[in-house]
Amino acid sequence: MSARSDHRVLVVLPAWNEAQSLPAVLREISEHLPDVGVLVVNDASADETSAVARSCGVQVLDLPFNLGVGGAMRAGFRYALAEGYGVVVQVDADGQHDPREVPRLLEGLAHADVVIGARFADAGDYAVRGPRRWAMRVLARVLSRLARTRLTDTTSGFRAAGPRAIRLFAVHYPAEYLGDTIESLVIALRSGLIVEQVGVSMRERSAGRPSQRPIKAAIYLLRACLALGISLTRSRQLMVPSPEAGA
Amino acid sequence: MSGYLFALLGALVTLAFMFELLRRRRLREKYAVLWISLAVVVIVFGAFPRLLYVLANLVGIATPLNLVFFLALLVLLIVSVQLSAEVSSLEHEAQTLAEECALLRNRIERLEDGAVVDPPSPPAADPERGGHSPS
Repeated sequence: MSARSDHRVLVVLPAWNEAQSLPAVLREISEHLPDVGVLVVNDASADETSAVARSCGVQVLDLPFNLGVGGAMRAGFRYALAEGYGVVVQVDADGQHDPREVPRLLEGLAHADVVIGARFADAGDYAVRGPRRWAMRVLARVLSRLARTRLTDTTSGFRAAGPRAIRLFAVHYPAEYLGDTIESLVIALRSGLIVEQVGVSMRERSAGRPSQRPIKAAIYLLRACLALGISLTRSRQLMVPSPEAGA
Repeated sequence: MSGYLFALLGALVTLAFMFELLRRRRLREKYAVLWISLAVVVIVFGAFPRLLYVLANLVGIATPLNLVFFLALLVLLIVSVQLSAEVSSLEHEAQTLAEECALLRNRIERLEDGAVVDPPSPPAADPERGGHSPS
């Protein structure tokens, strides 16, 4: 975290029934990233997620009912804003994101407001096929054009947000399906923020089940295009709130 | 008993029912408006059946009854869209409350632990909601 040492960094882990994988992830974070704040947003888990996180000595937000990743992240951004953090890094609680890659995201923040950790095009077992792959391609192309930079992995949940993005996302972070990935990028771009990506390697999720069935994938494609289309037609009236709220 | 009389009676009963619900504060006025106006329209048509024929002629529908069906469908569509919009806005408000609740709970925990906590910044205003409050 050389480039942004002037900002305190908060790692936010949206967690829904992740008691199994959480301790290992938290241990890794404290090992490799000793001076960051860690916040687990427990999205109304049915298991011991909240207790496990507390026993690891990190801050916990317990949502009273399930809001999805978008709602959990917005709560995280609000927390960051209230506590004066300048950088928020979103890391999945299932262990597919390697905390050792976080400093590379932070370096990217030196000249961008949102940095996406994109999995390498052909790294390992994380292969996506069929309609879902086409959907991701189309999304990547449209968003790349919008961002005027090459984005290949727009649905990645491994991303870092700088101060301007935190102020925006604390108010406007979509909670709808796919809103936390695609729509949030559109909102950021429409508000004049700079979005970039850095390549990172990702691990297979420990308890993974990315849907591969064709019908599900087709629905995913349709909903993704709908979400993208709707957010593209919105006017660019979203402004980044003035900085005096944070600090 | 003529069908028009039947419709008239039904509409009057609906009107009275809506009024009673409003009076008991079981129903908010913004939802009742549509039902009340619908009942009024039915009353008008029940009292003056000729009006229906004139209107059907005017819009080019051969069977006046079809006009009734069409309008009924339209009204139901509007009502369900209105309800969907209300549910969406309620969900949005519930989400904001849930986040606020979680943040406050976290804050209380830290205060109980004796941590030094800065005074909270005012909650971020939600520009998508602006409408109701006078502030």
